[in-house]
Amino acid sequence: MRLIAPIKDHHRETRLFFGRVLLASFFCVGLLGLVIARLIQLQVFDYQHFTEKSLGNRVRIEALPPNRGLIYDRKGRILAENLPAYQLELIPEQVPDLEDTLRRLAALKLIEREDIQRFADLSRRGPRFKPVTLRFRMTDDEISHFAIQRPRFPGVDFQPRLVRHYPHGELAAHVIGYVGALSAGDLERLDPAAYAGTAHTGKTGVELFNEDKLHGDTGYRQIVTNARGRQVAADSRGLTQTLLENESPEPGDNLYLSLDLDLQRVATKSLQGRRGSVVAIDPTNGEILALVSAPAFDPNTFALGMSTSEFNALQFDLDQPLFNRAVRGNYPPGSLIKPMLALAALETGATNLTRRTFCRGFYTLPGSTHRYRDWRPQGHGQIDLHDAISQSCDVYFYEISRDIGIDGMHTYLTQFGLGNETGIDIVGEKKGLVPSREWKRQAFSDRPNQVWFPGETIITSIGQGYMLATPLQLAHVTATLAMRGKRYRPHIVAASENPITGERNLTVPEALSGVEIANEFYWDSVIAAMHAVMQSETGTARATGLGAPYAMAGKSGTAQVFSVAQEEKYNEKDVAERLRDHALFIAFAPLDDPRIAVAVVVENGSSGSRVAAPIARNVMDQYLGFGDAI
Amino acid sequence: MRFSGTEELFERRTLPLGDMARFLRHVHIDGPLLSGLLLICGLGLVVLYSAVGENMDLWLQQCVRLGVGLVALFVVAQVPPGVMRRWTPWGYAAGLALLALVLLRGEIGQGAQRWLDFGIRFQPSEIMKLAVPMVAAWYLHDRQLPPRGAQLLVIGLFIAVPTLMIGAQPDLGTAILIALAGMLVVVLAGMSFRLMILLGLMSVPGAWLLWRFMHEYQQQRVLMLLNPDSDPLGAGYNIIQSKIAIGSGGLFGKGWTNGSQAQLEFLPERDTDFIFAVMGEELGLFGVLSLLGLYMFVVARGLFIAIQARDTFARLLAGSISLTFFVYVFVNTAMVTGLVPVVGIPLPLVSFGGTSMVTLMAGFGILMSIHTHRKLVPQ
Repeated sequence: MRLIAPIKDHHRETRLFFGRVLLASFFCVGLLGLVIARLIQLQVFDYQHFTEKSLGNRVRIEALPPNRGLIYDRKGRILAENLPAYQLELIPEQVPDLEDTLRRLAALKLIEREDIQRFADLSRRGPRFKPVTLRFRMTDDEISHFAIQRPRFPGVDFQPRLVRHYPHGELAAHVIGYVGALSAGDLERLDPAAYAGTAHTGKTGVELFNEDKLHGDTGYRQIVTNARGRQVAADSRGLTQTLLENESPEPGDNLYLSLDLDLQRVATKSLQGRRGSVVAIDPTNGEILALVSAPAFDPNTFALGMSTSEFNALQFDLDQPLFNRAVRGNYPPGSLIKPMLALAALETGATNLTRRTFCRGFYTLPGSTHRYRDWRPQGHGQIDLHDAISQSCDVYFYEISRDIGIDGMHTYLTQFGLGNETGIDIVGEKKGLVPSREWKRQAFSDRPNQVWFPGETIITSIGQGYMLATPLQLAHVTATLAMRGKRYRPHIVAASENPITGERNLTVPEALSGVEIANEFYWDSVIAAMHAVMQSETGTARATGLGAPYAMAGKSGTAQVFSVAQEEKYNEKDVAERLRDHALFIAFAPLDDPRIAVAVVVENGSSGSRVAAPIARNVMDQYLGFGDAI
Repeated sequence: MRFSGTEELFERRTLPLGDMARFLRHVHIDGPLLSGLLLICGLGLVVLYSAVGENMDLWLQQCVRLGVGLVALFVVAQVPPGVMRRWTPWGYAAGLALLALVLLRGEIGQGAQRWLDFGIRFQPSEIMKLAVPMVAAWYLHDRQLPPRGAQLLVIGLFIAVPTLMIGAQPDLGTAILIALAGMLVVVLAGMSFRLMILLGLMSVPGAWLLWRFMHEYQQQRVLMLLNPDSDPLGAGYNIIQSKIAIGSGGLFGKGWTNGSQAQLEFLPERDTDFIFAVMGEELGLFGVLSLLGLYMFVVARGLFIAIQARDTFARLLAGSISLTFFVYVFVNTAMVTGLVPVVGIPLPLVSFGGTSMVTLMAGFGILMSIHTHRKLVPQ
């Protein structure tokens, strides 16, 4: 320990201190240089890079959904439109207690109890500021009811939006189809970018098949957002020095269907209370004039979004209202195929116009005792081709079928378009079935042992057995008969229209390969026989055709749903309603200048001539101007 | 009036500026230093107005704080350095007592115990920002420089006790800065370079120890610096957004109140720790260089005052205050530009906030007192 403090040398201390300050200054300048260098690096050399990052931070692209194209009938009456409707929406970030809010909305019957969890999940998944739609359309009552309660529901409000509306409801529901909320499956099929702003897409019918045309092109606009993704007013603060790009959406094309709304209404009314289908075609070009499947459903419920219980009620209805019988219903065509078989037989020489057969009410194959019954138990007696068609004698056709053979039948029926899709512009068409030896070999297991039995040819000749056809195919073959072998692809869209330019694009009728029967005389004879079906004293449908103000041709058919054992009589009253025979009828008119071809199928309608024929007559009357004013 | 008669005639022949200088000196204010500070504060207020989203209430709050700071500067400047020196041990002791109080029953503030509430809230660590360099300068005042051996250990103790107490709050950033302020005194006093290198080498295991005692969020901050892109929406988000803000400002900036990063809330803590990024974005390279220029002028003036100081206490204290101020500026700007980890040091005189503004101004008050109480002849 020093006792005396050392003398301070002020001069030396000052110099020491000055040196240290100088050194510190160098340090400061060095460090400052580092910061400045860094600033220059960021603000000069990496300026472009960071400018882009900053733009990317705040500019978001918002999709602008296009307006969906409208759908009209052939006379310009609206079938599908876009109407403003009030939607109930919930903005997650503004709702204090999500579960509680949804429960209270369910208590007000604005949403269903089963949907609470679904909406809760939806609300948690998306961005917190993006509205979730709880109801696509609110009724006036619901709006006024909710308006009073609104203060109790922060973050829930109703907003006007465009919603697809089908003013005619069930009428033509299976043709037009409907739109529904985009599902995960739809998004895999569609281009996500093109559907960025769209909430709905076509699910069935014309809405689905023409989705490309109807949807239109999505536009976009760039918006300025803050760090949480919320849009900020672009003009405030001048944050939009860079030009924001916009592109307006382009509305989808309007579609004009070949459908005649009045005809559709008459056909629907005629089928009222029954299950079945009516299809009417313009034979000269393949335009679908009416396409009914009964019972139907209200497509508006799909566009508005339905609750689980509503959907299940439709889905599991025994009458299958969602099922489009006209294009997807496979029915045994029964006697309807007789005119076509007659043509095939004439062409192949299996019969001629003067050949007569004795019908005693049943037919047996040589060396067999199995009786193939005629529909008339007492038989038709001596009968030629003309009468065999007009009176629908089964035995005559049993007999000539052996000469045509199953393969000959297959060839000609296929030429008429049976057994293949017609190619109509509706998704999901079934192709029916025209059996052949080859088909039978392929269709069943144990292939090498699948042989065609002569008895199978017999029942195929009256459109039973394996044979199946859709009502659309039946209308198509009727049109082909009317046009004497000329075929046109059935189509429902007659024209599309650009809503901005008004430019219309007409659908050109597409001729298909025709039926290879060149002899006009054969056509004359068979058509004359079909005329006799309706307008002669012995025709099966004389009750429907006689006394009509125009000439028509037709053919009745009655198809078994349920096999009747040998020696047993089919008794309509004993058979449960759903096991009764299907009633079928095809017809075209006017006879000399056919303008309409109709096919009618009434499930379990028992008799083609009694039940289905009057429906066909109603439809033709309406179209040809003889209908009762609607 | 002080001037009369012939004196007044004499004064009239001098430049008006001289008039002013004489007046300022009389009220113990250093003109150049005050000008520098006012320019920084003015520029700071302009930037702050934009950074608080044009919120007039918050902006006026800051103006009031600035006013309080200037009053503190003026009051402190009136106290002669000798008086300060005599009161230094007591101030230091009071600071330690308050720190102990904070540790015992401090309020919870921002997840750490830093505040005391005596009607107004304040952080005792702010006192230590000045008390630690003062006590070191006080200790060395009567002793022969450069300091050696036991003296260094004593000063080390003076520094270590409050540093550890603040580090335990935990407020690592402030603790390091206070330790630095004390060590700067020793370095300026002429501590041998050999010893400094030795201490530097010892700091390697020291750093390892420090890392072990760091809270996880503090470790995170250091790691984040090494690779900010690794977790862009997590811990590294601040630095990434800050770099985007500065970089996209370019040479001239996006314009005042037009910074999209700042105004659309991409930039975190835009009115406090990251206000330098707001300035870089809106005023560009020229804007931030002007501010850095002003800071450098203040630091240079402070070091000039230190060199001019007449006694050991005054010059060591003035040097330490000036260099600490520079460290604040450097650490904040280096942090915002991604050169050093985010340590939560505000940009002095510009960031929104109260206590540190008063402390800084008091520190500049000390500098002015030192410069304006000089006797013409060394003691």
